[in-house]
Amino acid sequence: MTYKVIGKRVKRVEDPRLLTGGALFVGDVNLPNMLHAAFFRSDYAHAKIKSIDTSLAKEIPGVVGVYTAEDMGEAWEPGPPLVSPPPTLEGVVFNSRRQVPLVKDKVKHAGEIIAVVVAESRYIAEDAVEEIYVDYEPLPAVTDLEKCLEPGHPLVHDDLDSNLAAYLVQNKGDYEAAKKEADLVLKRKFKLDRGAAVAMENRGIVVDWDQKNQHLMIWDTTQSPIPIRNGMAARLGLRTHQVRVVAPFVGGGFGPKIMMFYAEEMVLPWLTMKLNRPVKWIEDRKENFYATTQEREQVQEVEMALSKEGRILGIKQKIIHDTGAFDPYGLTTPLNTQSHSMGGYDVQNYNSELFVVFTNKIIVTPVRGAGRPQGIYVVERMLDIASKELKLDPRDVRRLNFIPKDAFPYNHEIIDQAFVELVLDSGNYLPAYEKALEKIEYDKFVQEEQPRLRAEGKYVGIGVVPFIETTGVGPYEGARVAVEPSGKISAATGVGTQGQSHMTSFAQIIAEELGVEVEDVSLVSGDTAEIHWGTGTFASRGAVVAGNAVLAAASDVRKKVLKLASKILETPEDELELEGGLVRVADIPEKSISLGELAVLANPFRGAVEPGTEPGLESTKYFGPAYGATAFGVHGMILEVDPETMMIKIHKYIAVEDCGTMLNPLVVEGQIHGGVSMGIGNAYYEKLHYDENAQLLNASLADYLIPTSAEMPHIEVYHENTPAPNNKLGTKGVGEAGAIPVPAAFAQALENALPDFNLEITETPLSPNRLYELLYKSEE
Amino acid sequence: MKPAPFKYYAPQSVPEVLDLLNEYGYDAKVLAGGQSLVPMMNFRLVQPAVIVDINKIPELSYIEPHDKGVRLGAMVRHSQAEKDPLIKEHAPLIHETMPQIATVQIRNRGTIGGSLAHADSSAELVVVTTALDAKFKIQNQKGERLVPAAEFFVGLLTTSMESEDLLVEVQIPPMPAHSGWSLKEVARRPHDFALMGVAVILTLNKKDRCTEARMVYLSAGDGPISAPEAAKLLIGNEITPELITAAAEKAAADEIDPGSDIHATAEFRRHLANVLTRRALEEALQRAKGGN
Ligand SMILES: Cc1cc2nc3c(=O)[nH]c(=O)nc-3n(C[C@H](O)[C@H](O)[C@H](O)COP(=O)(O)OP(=O)(O)OC[C@H]3O[C@@H](n4cnc5c(N)ncnc54)[C@H](O)[C@@H]3O)c2cc1C
Repeated sequence: MTYKVIGKRVKRVEDPRLLTGGALFVGDVNLPNMLHAAFFRSDYAHAKIKSIDTSLAKEIPGVVGVYTAEDMGEAWEPGPPLVSPPPTLEGVVFNSRRQVPLVKDKVKHAGEIIAVVVAESRYIAEDAVEEIYVDYEPLPAVTDLEKCLEPGHPLVHDDLDSNLAAYLVQNKGDYEAAKKEADLVLKRKFKLDRGAAVAMENRGIVVDWDQKNQHLMIWDTTQSPIPIRNGMAARLGLRTHQVRVVAPFVGGGFGPKIMMFYAEEMVLPWLTMKLNRPVKWIEDRKENFYATTQEREQVQEVEMALSKEGRILGIKQKIIHDTGAFDPYGLTTPLNTQSHSMGGYDVQNYNSELFVVFTNKIIVTPVRGAGRPQGIYVVERMLDIASKELKLDPRDVRRLNFIPKDAFPYNHEIIDQAFVELVLDSGNYLPAYEKALEKIEYDKFVQEEQPRLRAEGKYVGIGVVPFIETTGVGPYEGARVAVEPSGKISAATGVGTQGQSHMTSFAQIIAEELGVEVEDVSLVSGDTAEIHWGTGTFASRGAVVAGNAVLAAASDVRKKVLKLASKILETPEDELELEGGLVRVADIPEKSISLGELAVLANPFRGAVEPGTEPGLESTKYFGPAYGATAFGVHGMILEVDPETMMIKIHKYIAVEDCGTMLNPLVVEGQIHGGVSMGIGNAYYEKLHYDENAQLLNASLADYLIPTSAEMPHIEVYHENTPAPNNKLGTKGVGEAGAIPVPAAFAQALENALPDFNLEITETPLSPNRLYELLYKSEE
Repeated sequence: MKPAPFKYYAPQSVPEVLDLLNEYGYDAKVLAGGQSLVPMMNFRLVQPAVIVDINKIPELSYIEPHDKGVRLGAMVRHSQAEKDPLIKEHAPLIHETMPQIATVQIRNRGTIGGSLAHADSSAELVVVTTALDAKFKIQNQKGERLVPAAEFFVGLLTTSMESEDLLVEVQIPPMPAHSGWSLKEVARRPHDFALMGVAVILTLNKKDRCTEARMVYLSAGDGPISAPEAAKLLIGNEITPELITAAAEKAAADEIDPGSDIHATAEFRRHLANVLTRRALEEALQRAKGGN
């Protein structure tokens, strides 16, 4: 299919507003008579609350109220479960324990909220927080993934027998039988640590209860405004039309902003309805580290059986996944780990045992990548180690194992986050892999560059890692498209927007269908007043699910436009074309009518709209894929390490991605750039340090190190296109792709740079200090 | 992350500052670039009752020749020093130090005086002014005194200044003839406070024998940490690679006292000190011999 607008490098229409400070964020919402909330958060990760004294805080001038769980009465209720365990698996254990608005009796992670202050300013509210006194009985904290299931271990949830949050086994083929045939059986243990998403904009919420109108207005930094609206109405005993949620511009989501409800989201609506005044809370950076969800901590034991040629005969895996103090998001993240632990390889025998455990750490929900980086990390590391053991070229091992082009759709048989057996819809992996090797000049590097640099005393290595990314899961998303009397197009979709360029790429789809300029399309995303049904932005699904809903709605409007124009221009529909905001007769271009005139005619003042037709040139359509679209990519880097100081510099970085049809390559590349920066963080810089009391030791950007622009390499992005067969646009998601392969590619490159050191990396992130230990200290 | 309530003054002259400091004593804090003070206030780690903002005092931002070296007013911004030709010529070690401090944005606000008064043992200027034997001009209502670096920095985030004192100037003596210098450091990201760092100044006589050697370390203890015993290994000798190795090992093993934190263990810091001392001595030696 050749497009005129889709697939073009259209500059983002939202940027001028964003770059000149003209875009609305929740922090910009200031209402008359508005109050400010600040929270008293627990210093302890695990402690019984013996008493709370808020009397001094209440006396501070400007304080309107100080509230604890007790004050909430009937309104006190934990958050809802967001996803349940996959129903199709036998023997699943799942203990649902969800976060609470204000802690009643036992604190389960540092930063949990014990009291809220409402005051005339945030300054006063914070002053009052300092005057709240809580008497705790500290309890031993649960932090160690491997020990926390032992009998007699302290419990996060006292009503459970153990810290087990969930358990399940996924099986494909017969691993034990495959193992008997193997020439090599490798066994390794992996440690994957925790990071934070660190969106530039922290969370925030402004609520305004209008008593006369019986209407609750909520501005929220959420990735899913419609579920927030629905859930909020249900919690508060309101009808959905009494609640409007707006997620205006949101400064980065990366997953944690899909979580609902955060404690603050449960407390503020209650406050505005109680006090009958607007209330605002903006999370500060320190709170963000203690209160916004995190991810990636797992311990894995992996066994891989291979033939001497390097064919993977089977994989056996035990995953211990840390869900933190609660598990509102069910099994999404660890299921993704399982569904990505075979990578893009044809593996017939797989057995994976999953233990999800509660700890006294901050809640875990998906963060960009969402369990996938852990799966890709272990399979790619295992292949690198196997290549060394078998004395094979790591490239050949991958070439041998890729799922071949003609095997698609390929039933992966593993239940993934969509709760059905994962089917890889399409793919063509080998050419993309070869392209990456070519673009990074792999042969030239290992044959010429590397020996030359080594002779100069430089340690430079290369790493190239392929990966799959399941994207575009259901259930559905919707879009409304309408032609205005001005001839301009209005559109709305329920997914929120946090930087993904929806206002441009969705506008391109509409511009393509209706023959208008991209600038003539105005798209609202994230306002429940504009569209009633929807779920949200997550799981790399916007371009697939919402994108195809936009296409469906725009196509339907096109049909309406053609039908009406055909009547007015007295020309059959198939002789008409939409171009430049006009409908015209293809052969007689001067015979035309504008979209605006048609819109007016479609909404007549007098007379009757014909039976069977609707007023206006408007349509609302939904798209719900049976299963997702699986993207593919390959990342490669060349890095230099100083084996004396452990400092690392990435000299070259390339990415080949295949996300099917691209709506806008600029946007795709931007997503890759952002993802890679998170991946580099996960590989080398970013680690949340919890001590044995589950205290977070680096809850600030001075000590939690994110790569800044100064640390980022230049990234070259190349494209392949294997269109998704199950959606009309052929799109596959790409939002999380950039982050997925980086730690694995980093580890491969580092080992490649240091051949004399017998280095084997089985953990991420890898700090300089840790690298020093691996290189110079023999493991005890 | 909002500071506790405080009273705010923005005096226009040094005498006014001194009056305020005299009046409020320990309750007052001087606000220079705010790059260290304001974060600490926002985290409520410090809660001064009174802030005396010295940003409105123009006469503290000079850089002038002084006794073959230079002197800098306390309110000289890091970025001003970084670009200043006098400093480049007369205080090359300072010139090379500036870009290693924080980010451009922070250097545009942060001041020389603020960094020195804050006396963070990880701050480059603290270490470099110690290696250079700089002098600090301090004023209070009663008068003025000049304090050498060795007596200015007295411990963890502590100087010999009292609550009524204002640092007004730092004097950098010239680099002696036949001297070489180097500042080497390792930071997780270039703009972070360094995990370990060392400033080295070597002076040679005409026969290339070492007459003076100074090595001062950052992030290696409660303040700037000197390594006089390692220096003794060098002084009086022609500096060979073996001597450099010995001095680096001596300093790293015996003379510094680094701590452990989430970014680096004491052991790793000692390892880095060893590597960096060697590299810094090599560079300083080359420069002292006339290379660059
Ligand atoms: C992210 C970040 C990274 C940084 N990285 C580095 C780094 O790598 N290396 C480095 O050296 N620094 C670093 N800094 C610190 C920076 O250099 C600051 O500028 C410096 O420490 C303080 O200078 P200031 O002018 O901002 O002082 P302020 O923050 O205003 O004051 C600091 C302290 O000194 C006192 N004070 C200030 N001026 C005077 C005076 N004239 N007389 C008496 N007392 C005074 C204040 O009362 C206060 O107690 C970093 C800062 C940040 C925020």
